[in-house]
Amino acid sequence: MASQAALGSMVISILPEILLLVLVIVVLAADLFWRAGRQYLGWLTFAGLALTLVAAMVYSRPAGASSLVFGGMLRHDWPAFSFQVVFLFAAAVTCLLSVGLSDIGDQGEYYALVVVSTLGMSLMAASADLIMLYLSIETTSIPLYVLAGYLKRDDKSAESGLKYFLFGALTSTVMLYGFSLLYGLSGETNLYRLAEGLRVGAITPWVLGGVAMLTVVGFGFKIAAVPFHFWTPDVYEGAPTPIAAFISTASKAAGFAVLVRVMLVAFPSIEFTWTALLAAMATATMTIGNLLALGQHNIKRLLAYSSVAHAGYAMIGLVALSELGAASLVFYLVAYIVTNLAAFAVVVLFARSAGSEEIADYAGLSRRAPGLALVMMVAMLSLAGMPPLAGFVAKFYVFAAAVQSGWIWLAFVGVLNAIAGLYYYMTVLKVIYLYRSDDEDKPIAVPGPHALALALCVTAIVIVGTISAPWLDWAMAAAKGIF
Amino acid sequence: MNFPILSIIIFTPITMAVLILLLPSERPGLIRGFALTAAVIAAGLSVAAYISYDQAVGGYQFVEQLRWIPALGISYHVGVDGMNLPLVLLTGVVIFTGVLISWGIDDRPREFFAFLFILATGVFGVFASLDLFQLFFFFEIAVFPMYLLIVIWGWKVTREYAAMKLTLYLFIGSVVSLVGALAMYFTSGLGTFNMLELEQAAFTPAFQRLWFPFVFLGFAVLGGLFPFHNWSPDGHVAAPTAVSMFHAGVLMKLGAFAALRVGIMLLPEGARFWAPYILVLGTINVIYGALIASVQTDFKYVIGFSSVSHMGLVMLGFATLNLNGLTGAGLQMFSHGVMTALFFAVVGIIYDRAHTREIPNLGGFNKVMPLVAVAFIVGGLVSMGMPGFSGFVAEFPIFLGLWQVQPIVALIAALGIVITAAYIMRVVSGVFFGDMSAELAGHIGPVRGQDKVALAVLAGILILIGIFPAVMAPMVESGASAVVRIVGGM
Repeated sequence: MASQAALGSMVISILPEILLLVLVIVVLAADLFWRAGRQYLGWLTFAGLALTLVAAMVYSRPAGASSLVFGGMLRHDWPAFSFQVVFLFAAAVTCLLSVGLSDIGDQGEYYALVVVSTLGMSLMAASADLIMLYLSIETTSIPLYVLAGYLKRDDKSAESGLKYFLFGALTSTVMLYGFSLLYGLSGETNLYRLAEGLRVGAITPWVLGGVAMLTVVGFGFKIAAVPFHFWTPDVYEGAPTPIAAFISTASKAAGFAVLVRVMLVAFPSIEFTWTALLAAMATATMTIGNLLALGQHNIKRLLAYSSVAHAGYAMIGLVALSELGAASLVFYLVAYIVTNLAAFAVVVLFARSAGSEEIADYAGLSRRAPGLALVMMVAMLSLAGMPPLAGFVAKFYVFAAAVQSGWIWLAFVGVLNAIAGLYYYMTVLKVIYLYRSDDEDKPIAVPGPHALALALCVTAIVIVGTISAPWLDWAMAAAKGIF
Repeated sequence: MNFPILSIIIFTPITMAVLILLLPSERPGLIRGFALTAAVIAAGLSVAAYISYDQAVGGYQFVEQLRWIPALGISYHVGVDGMNLPLVLLTGVVIFTGVLISWGIDDRPREFFAFLFILATGVFGVFASLDLFQLFFFFEIAVFPMYLLIVIWGWKVTREYAAMKLTLYLFIGSVVSLVGALAMYFTSGLGTFNMLELEQAAFTPAFQRLWFPFVFLGFAVLGGLFPFHNWSPDGHVAAPTAVSMFHAGVLMKLGAFAALRVGIMLLPEGARFWAPYILVLGTINVIYGALIASVQTDFKYVIGFSSVSHMGLVMLGFATLNLNGLTGAGLQMFSHGVMTALFFAVVGIIYDRAHTREIPNLGGFNKVMPLVAVAFIVGGLVSMGMPGFSGFVAEFPIFLGLWQVQPIVALIAALGIVITAAYIMRVVSGVFFGDMSAELAGHIGPVRGQDKVALAVLAGILILIGIFPAVMAPMVESGASAVVRIVGGM
C-alpha cells in the first residue's frame, strides 16, 4: 500500500509532463485525421496547455517538504512548480500568437514541437540529476532549433535555425564536459549528493571554479548572457515571431531555472568565486545588451538585445545569493516574460497586417491602431521599469537584493543601465506616437486569439506591478524550496 | 473608518484617465467634459482637505494605511501635514486650471488628457506618501507621461530633444535616490519602508554623510538644483502650455519635496553636514537663473529660467534647516507653483494667438487682452517679492532664515530679486505695452472664457495669500517645525 501511495505521489509530481505528452499525441493525431479548417489546431493546443496549467495548479502543487522522485532524477519542489507554471503560460500565449499565421499557424508539427519543448523545459526546472538535466536541456533545445528554422522558404529563418543549432550544440558539449568532470570529481550525478562529495573532498577551488565555468557556458547560452549571446539577434530576427517570443521568454527562464539550481546546490563551497564571475557576466550582459540595442532599426533585433540586457538584470538576483535574491530573480522572470510576450504580440500583429518589422514603419501606429499602440507602450514601459507595471517592482526587488547583500556597485550598474534601456524604449514610443505615416488609414486587424493573448499579458503586467505581494510570496516560497 | 479623502484625490485622475481612453476619439466634447469633471473632483477635494485639516492638532492627518507588500514591510500609506497639504492643494489648482487652458487641444485630446491625469495621480501620490517605496512608485508614474506629453503635443522645434533630455535627467536622479533609499532600508534593520519609522532609525553619521548627496541630489535634479537644472528650461519651453504649467508649477516641487522628505528628514545629520554646499548651489541657482533669464529673447525661456532662479530660493530655505527658512521654502513652493503656472498660461495664450514668442516681435498686448496683462503683472509682482503678494510672504522668511545662518548668502541671494525685477519689467513692457507690430495687429483672436477663469483663479490665489498670509503660513509653519524637530535646528 505504502509503495502504491508513493507511486501515486510520483505520478502526481510529473502530472504536467504526462499531460503535455498526451497533448503532443492529441495534436499530432488531430493533425492527421481532422484536416478541415486548420485554425482549430492553435486553439486546441492552447486549450490543452491551459488545461495542463490548471491541473498543475490544482494537483501537483508541492505539499510540504520538497522531495526527490524517480530515483533522484527529479525534484518535486516549489521552484520547479513555479517555473513550470511560467513555461505553460508562455507556451499557451505562443500558441495563441501563432494562430492564423501563414506556414506555421496551420501545422500540427509546429504546435507539437512547441509542446515537446515545453515538456523539456518543465523537466529542466525539476531536474536534480546531471543526466536528467542534460537530457531535458536537449529535449528543450532540439525542437527549438527546428522551430527557429521552420519557415523553409525563408532564408533568414533557415539561417536562424542553423545558427541556433550550431551555437547550441557547441555550448552544450562544453557544458557536458563540465558535467563529466563534476561526476569525475564527486563520483555522483545527483546534484544534491554531488554537493556533499564536493564539500567533503579536498578539491582545489580553482579546479572546481573551472568546472563551474564550463557548466555556466551551457546555461549562459540558454539565457543569452554575454559572451554567449551572439546568436540572439539573428535567431530572433529570422525565427517565426511567436517562436522568437517563446525563445526569449520560456527558454530563457528555463535556462535560469537550471542555472539557479546548479549554482546554489552544487557549488556552495566556491560561492565567492562564482558570484564574482556572475557579477562580471551580469555587468557585461546588461551593458553590452543595452548599448547594442541603442542602434537597432529592426524591432525584433531591438527586443533581442533588450532580452540580453534583461538576462543581466535577472542575474543580479542570483549574485546577491540570498533568499530575497533568488526570489527577486524568479519574480523578475515572471514580470519579464509577461511583458516580453506582450511586446512580441504587437510585433506579430503589426507584421501580419503591415508586413514589416522595421521600427521606422511603426510610425503613425497610435493613429492607426490606438489600442495596439497602448499595449506597446505598456510593454515598453514595463521593460524600461516604470510603475505601475510589472517591470518596476521586478527591478526594485532585484536592486534591493543587490543592496541587501552589499553589491552596491552592481546596483548602480543596474540602475544606470536601466536609463540606457529607457532611452531606446522611449525611442520606439516616439516613433509610434509622434511620427506620421502615409498608411495611417490602413487598419491593423486584431483577430480573436491575438486579442486574448494581448489581454492576458497586459492584465498580468498591471496586476503583477500593482498587487505584487502574492507573487513575491510565491517567489519567496520558490526561493526557499531550492535548498 | 473615515472618508478616504486622500485616496480619492490620488486615484480619481488615473481612474478617469482609463475611462477617457475608453471613450470614442471622435467625441472631443465628451472627453473634455470627463476631464473637467475629474479635475473638479480632485481640486474640490484638495480644497476640502485643506480646509478641514485641524491645525490645532497638527501632525499627519487623513492617514490611511493598507498592507501592500508585507514581505518587505511596504504599505500603501498616505497622510498630510502642514508641509505637504499645501502642495496637494497646489496640484489640485494646477490640474483644474491646466484642463481649462488645454480646452483647445485638438490633436488626440483623448490621449492628452489621459496622460495628463496619469501624471496627476503620480504627483498626488508622491505628495501624500508616508511610505518610501510608495513615494518612488508614484514618482516614476509622474515622470514617464511627461515624455509623451512633450514629445507629442510640444513645440515642434525642440520637443524630441527636450523631452528625451528631461526624461533621462529625471530618471537618472530618481534611480540614484532609489539605491540610497534601499541602502537606508537595509541599514536601518527595521524591515519597513514606513518613513515615520525610518525617521527614528538613527543612522550613523558616517552612513548619513555618505548617502545624503545621492538621495538629496537625486531628487533635487527634479527640483532644478544647479548644476542639474539643465533639463528644465528646455523642457518647459518645449512642453505644451498645460504641461509647462504642471511641470514648472508642480513637478519641480515634487523633486524639492522628495529631497526634503527623504533626504533631509531621514538623513538629518547628512543634511547638517552638506547644508553649506547646498547653500552655495542654491545661491548659484538664484543668481545664475535670474541672469540667464534676463538675456533671453524668447518669452517662454525667460519664464523657464525664472523657475530655476526661484527654485534656488526653495533650496536655500531647505539648507537653512531652521524654522524661518523651512517655512519660507514651504510657502515658496506653493507660491511659485501658482505663479509659474500663471506665467506659462499667459505665455501659452499669447503664443497660440501670435505664433511667436520673441519678445521684440511682441508688444501692445494689454490693449487686446487686458485681463491677461493684469494677470501677468500680478504674477510678476509675486515674482519680485512685492509685499501684498504671496511672493513676499514666502521670500521674507527665507531671507530671515538665511540671515540667521549665513548673512552673506542672504545678501548675495537678495541680488537675485533685483535681477528678477529687471527681467520681469522688461517682459511686461516688451510684451504688453508699446505698440503691436503691424503683422500682428488685427490678427489676435479673443481670449476664451476658460482661459480667463483659469487666470482669475491663479491670480486670485496669489493675491489672497499675499493679503491674508494666515490662510497658509501657520499651516506651513507647523509642518516646518516638525522638520526642525528632526534636524534639530533653531
